[in-house]
Amino acid sequence: MSGFDFDIAVVGAGPAGLAAAARAAAGGASVVLLDEQAEPGGQIYRAVTETPVRDRRILGPDYWHGAELLGPLRDSGAAHWPGSTVWSVARAREDAAGGRRRIQIGLSRDGSASLLTVRHVILATGALERPFPIPGWTLPGVLGAGAAQVLLKTSGLVPSGATVMAGSGPLLWLLAWQYLQAGARIDAILDTTPRENWRAALPLLPGFLRSPYLGKGMKLLLEVRRKATVIGNVTALRAEGDGVLRTVVYTRNGSEHRLPAETLLLHQGVLPNLNLANATGCAQRWDEVQRCWRPTTDDWGATSVEGVSLAGDGAGIGGARAAEEAGRLAALDALHRLGRLDRAGRDRAAEPVRAALDRALAGRAFLDTLYRPAEPFRVPADDTIVCRCEEITAGAVREAVRLGCSGPNQAKSFLRCGMGPCQGRLCGPTVTEVIAAERGVSPAEVGYYRLRPPVKPITLAELAALPKGEADLDAVLKH
Amino acid sequence: MFRRLPEIAAAGDAIGFTIDGRPASARAGDSVAAALLANGVTACRKTPVSGAARGPYCMMGVCFDCLVTIDGVGNRQGCQVRVADGMAVETQDGKREVEL
Repeated sequence: MSGFDFDIAVVGAGPAGLAAAARAAAGGASVVLLDEQAEPGGQIYRAVTETPVRDRRILGPDYWHGAELLGPLRDSGAAHWPGSTVWSVARAREDAAGGRRRIQIGLSRDGSASLLTVRHVILATGALERPFPIPGWTLPGVLGAGAAQVLLKTSGLVPSGATVMAGSGPLLWLLAWQYLQAGARIDAILDTTPRENWRAALPLLPGFLRSPYLGKGMKLLLEVRRKATVIGNVTALRAEGDGVLRTVVYTRNGSEHRLPAETLLLHQGVLPNLNLANATGCAQRWDEVQRCWRPTTDDWGATSVEGVSLAGDGAGIGGARAAEEAGRLAALDALHRLGRLDRAGRDRAAEPVRAALDRALAGRAFLDTLYRPAEPFRVPADDTIVCRCEEITAGAVREAVRLGCSGPNQAKSFLRCGMGPCQGRLCGPTVTEVIAAERGVSPAEVGYYRLRPPVKPITLAELAALPKGEADLDAVLKH
Repeated sequence: MFRRLPEIAAAGDAIGFTIDGRPASARAGDSVAAALLANGVTACRKTPVSGAARGPYCMMGVCFDCLVTIDGVGNRQGCQVRVADGMAVETQDGKREVEL
């Protein structure tokens, strides 16, 4: 093994990645854990080693659980490379001696690019916030609730002026609770959870009653409702301002209301962060309940691409505890594929992990159904920007459909939609649904952006400085 | 606008940097985007498409709205770079100009 050659690479140091790397290394494989952030934890346990928020009551016990994943990683002997941005995962052009298939990982670290060679990769890229396209969501002062939570965890920052939170989903309530614990200001919480979702979710309640989240979630929800102004049944939202947010306008029971605001925190759930998996060529499918694309995996996390597995929310939203168990399952299966664990050993070791995974996922269907965002917040009106980078409105996308644009990839050539620096992360799900609704077909039929490496920007100088093999030189010089 | 929680504010800022040439301070461990927000700067650039003002939105490296110039290098993701002593952060104004 050289410094750039490992059995297994794990991408992402959130709960899935931390658990996967620790389990794989404990099984005797040489493992490197690659992560974009300077410290482990992912977004859910962001800054857990160094947060300035030392009063544990503010971030709550679920956050501090993240610290328990770090010891096993340290003890396992896995290499941890923080500050490493992975921009490509690909099958190497030439196989190693003996026909061993290899996977090449392109990464940037400290401003220089390098290529790693591994035999198996576990992508644990986690989740990102579902786009919340409303008029004015691009104004400075409008942030994701997840973003605000990162500011709290990493820097102890909370909003100081008039603050409105809007949307639905567990994270919105958790952040509100954390703000209340910290003595931060919340002027209003605008709840956009559609009333009719309760009817669809109720039959799923028995599953939720077994969920470990139930007790904690109810306590938190009741506390926030007691201490903050919660306005329910909000059916439309708009942010207004002159270069910066000034007013939040909302509709309730058919009438419009205005709230002055300096900060608006939006949230309507999270989605798999699938850019790297998609660019690696992993097949994906439309999830009708979670209303999102998710890479296709078997029950070990293996994807359609040989040697590439997925673990955690990147493969479909299940939450932090489920991600941890999924990471362990992917690691066990990788050990088996590398010949370090026989099938029976893998299956035996997986038994308690699967039981824990099932417990962690109990009640998920209830939450997914209850918090499914209303259609107007997923498929916005014509005047709303959907592609923030190229400033393309939903109306422009619909117009392109009328001109013959059939899916997100065609929308790129019609509009440059999805071709800005974020590479569709903030518009992809919306564009899929807008086109599907306009064509009157299912999102599954419309498809998603075909993404390509590099999935994160790198400089030409970094690319040029990469070591070149004979095949690379031939490819350029012989033409 | 954002403020530090009181006990964190009391510990003071250890990092000195500049925003468009003006002196500013931040806490060690802050990202550039967090440091901007802590200093009351909510808009960090104007878009190349329409010139509209933008500020940090996702704080986790996916939205690319917090792009700023850091120590002379443009289009850096402010939320992915830690602020450092002596760092020069500049807000961006529309399209990049070619210097001849």
